[in-house]
Amino acid sequence: MSKIVKLKKGFDLKLVGKAPLELIQVAAATTFAIKPTDFPGIQRPKVLVNEGDTVKAGTPIFLDKAMDQVIYASPVSGEVVEIKRGDKRKLLEIKILADSSVMHEKVGALDLDQDRTTLAGKLAASGVWPNIIQRPFGIVANPADSPKAIFVSGFDTHPLAAEVPSILQGEERYFQAGIDALAKLTTGKVHLNVDGAKQVPAIFAGVKNAQINQFSGPHPAGNVGTQIHHLDPINKGDIAWTVSPYGVAQIGKFVLEGIYDASKVIALTGSEMNQRGYVKTYTGAQVSTFLGGIPQPETLRIISGNVLTGEKIEKDGYLGFYHNQVTVIPEGKYEEFLGWLKPSASKLSFHKAIGMFSFLKSGEFKVDTNTHGEERPFVVSGVFEKVMPMDILPTYLFKAIVTEDFDEMEELGLYEVIEEDVALCEFVDPSKNELQELVRHGIELLMYN
Amino acid sequence: MKLLQNLFDGIKPNFEKGGKWEKFHTLYEGHRTIAFAPDLITKSKGAQIKDATDLKRVMITVVIAMIPALLFGILNIGHQHFIATGAEGTFLDKAIFGALSVLPILIVSYAVGLATEFTFCVIRNHPISEGYLVTGMLIALVMPPFIPLWQVALATIFAVVIGKEVFGGTGMNILNVAMTARAFLYFAYPAQISGDQVWTYLGDKPAVDGFSGATALGVAYNSSIDGTPVVEALSTHNAALGADYSFMSMFMGWIPGSIGETSTLMALIGAAILVATGVASWKIIVGGFGGAYAMGLVMNALAVNEYMAMPAHYHLVMGGLAFGVVFMATDPVSAAQTELGKWIYGILIGVLTVIIRVTNPAYPEGIMLAVLFMNVVAPLIDHYVVKANKTRRLQRATV
Repeated sequence: MSKIVKLKKGFDLKLVGKAPLELIQVAAATTFAIKPTDFPGIQRPKVLVNEGDTVKAGTPIFLDKAMDQVIYASPVSGEVVEIKRGDKRKLLEIKILADSSVMHEKVGALDLDQDRTTLAGKLAASGVWPNIIQRPFGIVANPADSPKAIFVSGFDTHPLAAEVPSILQGEERYFQAGIDALAKLTTGKVHLNVDGAKQVPAIFAGVKNAQINQFSGPHPAGNVGTQIHHLDPINKGDIAWTVSPYGVAQIGKFVLEGIYDASKVIALTGSEMNQRGYVKTYTGAQVSTFLGGIPQPETLRIISGNVLTGEKIEKDGYLGFYHNQVTVIPEGKYEEFLGWLKPSASKLSFHKAIGMFSFLKSGEFKVDTNTHGEERPFVVSGVFEKVMPMDILPTYLFKAIVTEDFDEMEELGLYEVIEEDVALCEFVDPSKNELQELVRHGIELLMYN
Repeated sequence: MKLLQNLFDGIKPNFEKGGKWEKFHTLYEGHRTIAFAPDLITKSKGAQIKDATDLKRVMITVVIAMIPALLFGILNIGHQHFIATGAEGTFLDKAIFGALSVLPILIVSYAVGLATEFTFCVIRNHPISEGYLVTGMLIALVMPPFIPLWQVALATIFAVVIGKEVFGGTGMNILNVAMTARAFLYFAYPAQISGDQVWTYLGDKPAVDGFSGATALGVAYNSSIDGTPVVEALSTHNAALGADYSFMSMFMGWIPGSIGETSTLMALIGAAILVATGVASWKIIVGGFGGAYAMGLVMNALAVNEYMAMPAHYHLVMGGLAFGVVFMATDPVSAAQTELGKWIYGILIGVLTVIIRVTNPAYPEGIMLAVLFMNVVAPLIDHYVVKANKTRRLQRATV
């Protein structure tokens, strides 16, 4: 039975800088990187190539010795030019200089009529597997597990997010094949959740082998964590998997054609982005070619992903594995005279405290990276609850993590959230706490103890 | 503004590591961030943008919401003085008289409180928090108009140190800090904060014949002894001097009492600001008034004396109920923090206030003890609400 869920709690951040729905032409990226730090939960990465090796798209680049059946593959064909390590030889990124045309490792189409374990093993060895994320904890799924259900959120409510139908144009066949493969991997259902406020996009309309549910409401209605909570919540001991629509199509392409195709359409967004729109590139692309002639990089923040959950990268940095968006906004390193008191309708705020009139403005807001205040203890109550559309008491959960109380963390629902689920709490918090980092800390405590 | 920025930059090296005033670093940061919102930027991972509202803005909203009560309090103190001494006074006379009595209390409360707070921040190397902006104003508003200033200072130090800092500072306290200050005075120096003599300042002039310094609650309590209906006793109270203790007059606040507490109307204006800005919980405020009214009706039903028979709505405008419910009970740190808990907490504050008022001869006003008691009970209420949430999650697992 498909479900219709209408959510009220949450907050849509309306920002300047949405990408118009058109594909723009930019010079192709030449360097690509795969970063083990993109995958939370990787414990002991082991590099499988050396500098100077030539690789194809789909060639294994590294694996995690703690779960060595899953390989992380090269997105393009070319030459491994650098293996960058940080302090204590921590593996940071493996850079690949791309050939002008991409060659793929070919293993041939995958027959879905085989047992679960073999199927999972083949997917794990192909490069597409890291698209599959395990809940709880938000880590790359273990092929040996049988999840109780698999969830796909068909829309993204993050600020300035890429429109899912636009990034999957022409991939209908692959998307269906991906869903078919996932259906083989779970003991339960595959849930495909679509935006209930809009017409179901063509790519999802005829999808079979999945239960289609409708979600509507403000962000985080599009977060898969929110959706799981309302469909089939995760309790202690449960395992569910989540895959992005892009990931589903990528898995489908491997099933039908036997190749790891890391090409993706990404959105170039943000108020300071030179030319906004969609571009076609590959996972891990160096972003500098998309930015055009951005003048003073030190006054701008370049973000792989969106402004709530993304990550700051340098001008010559690389697109994150799970990201399909690059956002550029101004840095906010300035002091503002009596900035905490000045009335303003142009500064984005969820609150209506004295002088904050943004709730009266209906248009889009220009934002920067200023924190608008210093970190403080939790004082105000009831705010997180207004942006958390789950039956979870966020303040108590955060306090349980701060005090490292394991029983409380479990009982208050840490199995149900990852960073993106509390990103809005972090944004609205007048005490400016780093709540995403806190939640990851709590998850690591639960995982490794 | 560049000038001020340069001034701060000029003295900055003294406060940095190795500077001669290194220990006072937190004071430097505290003052600079008041003048200028800081130039901090978000980290490279996590939310890249943050809401434009910070704790300073939240706190200043509460201070602004209290200003109507402060201004009215100043005027009313003058008004009460001229009634008691039988003299004629213009609006300006009353305002000046009131200001001369209130401003020293306000200044002492802020100066002593901030000094105590700064001392702790320096010792513990904490950033200076904004909480005292609100507490300083609250302490002044719950004092009788002519309290000795040294008592204000002592109560403030007690409240900040014992009420807040020993628990870890802003955000960690169990009791409302301003109520702690008042309770301290109430038990340590009862002569200056209770009874009939402290609410109206006569100065060097004698009171006119027939003047009684009793507050409305005092009059109501006396009714329960001498058997006059409360409304009638109120209507004759100081009536010959031109005082008016009708429901409307008490709602406006033209009665003796602590500086900021007398006017229900001003408290409601404050409540409107706090609720419209989303800073205070409307559930606590509605719960508080509702609980008091409901308990007033229960008292009516069970009435064995005139105080119990007093119309229930009179409870809402007498004494400090409105002020306490709007500004004290809603303190987010010491109140219940779950949404259901806020209802229970607010309602019980109203109920307890009326019970203490009507049945306890030792304490004519109940809101202070009701709020402090519920501050202590709030974590227990929350505990059960949180437990219900956990139980729901557990039951889900077994289905």
